[in-house]
Amino acid sequence: MGSQGGFGQSKEFLDLIKSIGESRSKSEEDRIVLSEIETLRRRLSDPDIPKRKIKEYIVRLVYVEMLGHDASFGHIYAVKMTHDDNLLSKRTGYLAVTLFLNEDHDLIILIVNTIQKDLRSDNYLVVCAALTAVCRLINEETIPAVLPQVVELLGHPKEAVRKKAIMALHRFYQKSPGTVSHLVSNFRKKLCDNDPGVMGATLCPLFDLITTDVNSYKDLVISFVSILKQVAERRLPKTYDYHQMPAPFIQIKLLKILALLGSGDKQASEKMYTVVGDVFRKCDTTSNIGNAVLYECICCVSCIYPNTKLLEAAAESIAKFLKSDSHNLKYMGIDALGRLIKTSPDIAEQHQLAVIDCLEDPDDTLKRKTFELLYKMTKSSNVEVIVDRMIDYMISINDNHYKTEIASRCVELAEQFAPSNQWFIQTMNRVFEHAGDLVNIKVAHNLMRLIAEGFGEDDETADSQLRSSAVESYLRIMSEPKLPSVFLQVICWVLGEYGTADGKYSASYISGRLCDVAEAYSSDETVKAYAITALMKLHAFEMAAGRKIDMLPECQCLIEELSASHSTDLQQRAYELQSLVSLDRRAVESVMPADASCEDIEVDKELSFLDKHIQGAIEKGAQPYIPESERSGSLNISNLSIRDQPEVSTHSLRFEAYELPKPVAQPKPSIPQASSTELVPVPEPSYSRESTYAVPVPTVSSSVSGSTELKLRLDGVQKKWGKPTYGSSSTPDMPSQKSENGLSRNDDSSISMSRPQSSLDYRKPSVEITPEKQRLAASLFGASSKTERRTTSTHKAVRSTGQVAEKTQVAKPVDPPIAKATPVQPPPDLLDLGEPISTSSAPEVDPFKQLECLLDQSESASASSHTADNSSKLPDIMSLYSGMPTSGQTSGAVGPISVNGDHLVSPSEVGVIATPAGTSGPVQFSKGPNLKDALNKDARVRQMGVTPTSQNPNLFKDLLG
Amino acid sequence: MTIRFVLMVNKQGQTRLAQYYEYLTLEERRALEGEIVRKCLARTEQQCSFVEHRNYKVVYRRYASLFFLVGVDNDENELAILEFIHLLVETMDRHFGNVCELDIMFHLEKAHFMLEEMVMNGCIVETSKSNILTPIQLMEKSS
Repeated sequence: MGSQGGFGQSKEFLDLIKSIGESRSKSEEDRIVLSEIETLRRRLSDPDIPKRKIKEYIVRLVYVEMLGHDASFGHIYAVKMTHDDNLLSKRTGYLAVTLFLNEDHDLIILIVNTIQKDLRSDNYLVVCAALTAVCRLINEETIPAVLPQVVELLGHPKEAVRKKAIMALHRFYQKSPGTVSHLVSNFRKKLCDNDPGVMGATLCPLFDLITTDVNSYKDLVISFVSILKQVAERRLPKTYDYHQMPAPFIQIKLLKILALLGSGDKQASEKMYTVVGDVFRKCDTTSNIGNAVLYECICCVSCIYPNTKLLEAAAESIAKFLKSDSHNLKYMGIDALGRLIKTSPDIAEQHQLAVIDCLEDPDDTLKRKTFELLYKMTKSSNVEVIVDRMIDYMISINDNHYKTEIASRCVELAEQFAPSNQWFIQTMNRVFEHAGDLVNIKVAHNLMRLIAEGFGEDDETADSQLRSSAVESYLRIMSEPKLPSVFLQVICWVLGEYGTADGKYSASYISGRLCDVAEAYSSDETVKAYAITALMKLHAFEMAAGRKIDMLPECQCLIEELSASHSTDLQQRAYELQSLVSLDRRAVESVMPADASCEDIEVDKELSFLDKHIQGAIEKGAQPYIPESERSGSLNISNLSIRDQPEVSTHSLRFEAYELPKPVAQPKPSIPQASSTELVPVPEPSYSRESTYAVPVPTVSSSVSGSTELKLRLDGVQKKWGKPTYGSSSTPDMPSQKSENGLSRNDDSSISMSRPQSSLDYRKPSVEITPEKQRLAASLFGASSKTERRTTSTHKAVRSTGQVAEKTQVAKPVDPPIAKATPVQPPPDLLDLGEPISTSSAPEVDPFKQLECLLDQSESASASSHTADNSSKLPDIMSLYSGMPTSGQTSGAVGPISVNGDHLVSPSEVGVIATPAGTSGPVQFSKGPNLKDALNKDARVRQMGVTPTSQNPNLFKDLLG
Repeated sequence: MTIRFVLMVNKQGQTRLAQYYEYLTLEERRALEGEIVRKCLARTEQQCSFVEHRNYKVVYRRYASLFFLVGVDNDENELAILEFIHLLVETMDRHFGNVCELDIMFHLEKAHFMLEEMVMNGCIVETSKSNILTPIQLMEKSS
């Protein structure tokens, strides 16, 4: 009705809207906007723009930016328009500025003054406009400029002003809590404001305050409870009603606040039980908004100190949500289930089949939500099934953001609940294979460590079995194309360390495969480094075992390639390998001992074993070592270089790298005598990558330099493998835990002990459930005792699931949750509305079938009838059209249906139809007479050249139609 | 902050109204609108009206040719937001009378004003239709 006054806009504006509305593609739209930018530039540069025009130009600028183009040339005009005397122009100016600029923009400073002036205005609408702008445009620095005025306005006679002043204060609190910390009491005061709008708004800042500091607000519990009580008892003005619910949005906010206040506080919670129970009962479960409040009740109940009655009510509501046909309600049900599961872990079991249905639903949103639920209910008895499913799902999605999340969840669950190392390794392999680049490198290190440490007990055969199976699986996986780098690193490491350990594969075979990897991923230096070190280990182990090993030609190639590499690290490794093969067996053994990755490397920091050597050297006339602190800078350099090549002058170029690690500097003086200098490795500061076990120092008399190597390497070792890192991750206890899994997870198993029976009970009634689904349900929810058994002997797994399936097939008389079309029991207090007489309304629908083509489909999407399919569809159409202009003659029919409709029709529609019959008549009745309006509007627009038949007829469609 | 943004986008993916409650640059807005609209438009009517996108959720609802999309924090009550959208449409309907896409296009600023009355600092502050519309009607009268 507000548009009655005509459009009042210029032809140019109408043309712009028309062409934008009718444009068919983004490029067409861009063209229009670009030419509009030119027009506006011209118009705005005109020194005297007619006042009445400027507002329109600004709106056109808003269009330009909304459609994704820069309109910064016009920002200043929006700023200027905030000075306008005309209220509409002023507010439009403020609006445009908030849309164009962020609060830190330079132009904002020009507005602060205007805002200050407007806050003092006599016209409360001007004050409101300014306060709205304050919320968007004032930053931390400018808060003091308006703060006193805003505080003053908290006592303004107009409730609209008080409300906005509260929100402005809220904004300041969000921006910079410090500046308003002394004003926080105002929020408490305004909670008791006479106006429900102000009270409702005050809940927003209070919610934030309570979130950060619960304890200071415990005294308000009584106030919130009494407000909620009053709201639920319909004490607020009727205008706050929405679809027959009294102020539902305020109720929801209050429930959120109560949840915070009652969390873990029995005393506070006890004060809430009654009112939350009341709200529970009063919710209209047939409308969306009723269910929204209901959902919030469930959240509240699951947060506060548990109350049996409320938990029961919550469980009941969840059951209704899950049984609903509406995906929205199912989604809410799954979410609510995830919340309630913390307090009553058994509840999921009742809904196992509904949950599995959601898991298999094609709707991705629902699926994700269900995975979230599964994540929350994972325990050692169902971890295998859940993680398996999660990985399958992870493989199927493309969204990297979510893929990362789900991969890390898989890892987390696997680390926490893994029933066996074997399973853990297989699971990790899958995660790495499909999302390797998305998971944390630490996970890879954990995996390597696990394989190296094995079971952590003295069960050597089991350990070697584990390793053999890892090697086996990696040799298989290796041939897959495009493996993630992290995964390849793990593979190379394991193959190098254990590839030949069980004698199944020859060293040359493994070497070949490693060379293939290095070749296939030639751009990945880390992988190449891992590969060549693995090769070195293979050779060392072979030599140590006294077997002759010939260097493969491709391996030779690789060494040659890498020794010319740009990466000094790769060069280093290549040279090391090269010199290692020329060593004798004993040296190799001590340099690269087999299966020593878990050995602790003890470092003699004092290097006491050199004492004798130094003694000898000094006796022969060598200079004694001067600690670094006693040396001057320049002396330092000369000293260092002299050590290596005493004859070289200190000023000439040095070709070897400077030694970085300080401790190493100490033994160096003795090196010249130690061995042929060309073999002395360049001290490698970068050697921290993968060096746990390897001591690949190619010096013959390796005792000296070997120990320095050890020293160096230790840095890398500690980073990855040292105690500190282990301690922080959750895995370390896994190996030891696994064999006694059933016992170590006492808490879980004790719960699951009581479970099988109830879950079987529940499964009894199933009729039309596919065996796969039953099996899945059994493995996810019940049958914990069986799965528990499975953990002790892994290879029984198949058989035990088989058992489960058998059992479920034996006992399956009645159909539980997924049973179709079980009418939802309306809550007792709604009974007087009676069961919906769906059949009676069905025939009335026919006249409207012709309108079906116009049907707003999204409406039917959200349609969530709890009744049988056929009856729900028809009233739905009814509901959609009852509001149409054409339905003038049906207005009689609308009444009765809406009463029934309460139960039948999509909740959202209920309001639209139901309201005319019910409370706030005047509004919706305008729909009937509005036919004229609509025609008028239509005619007017046609005159302007926009016709419904032209390119975009949708522009004319009634949104609520 | 519960509501991050309110968008109105038509079936062709053209933006009809955009209000962000946290500052995004023009490019970010463009990219976000493109991504979200593509996601939502691809969904069928049976699927639920919620989509997870990055670290927030989008609650959307379709009216005739126009999609209303609201981005919210992850722990928001989605059903309530869905009804908030409906309340917004009902409010616009009361103001414009049989509101259609064209009404919003011709009165973009007024649609914004209504939203400003309903949502401040990303919170729903006003849900009474008469409280929302009174200032706007007064403003119209005065000018």
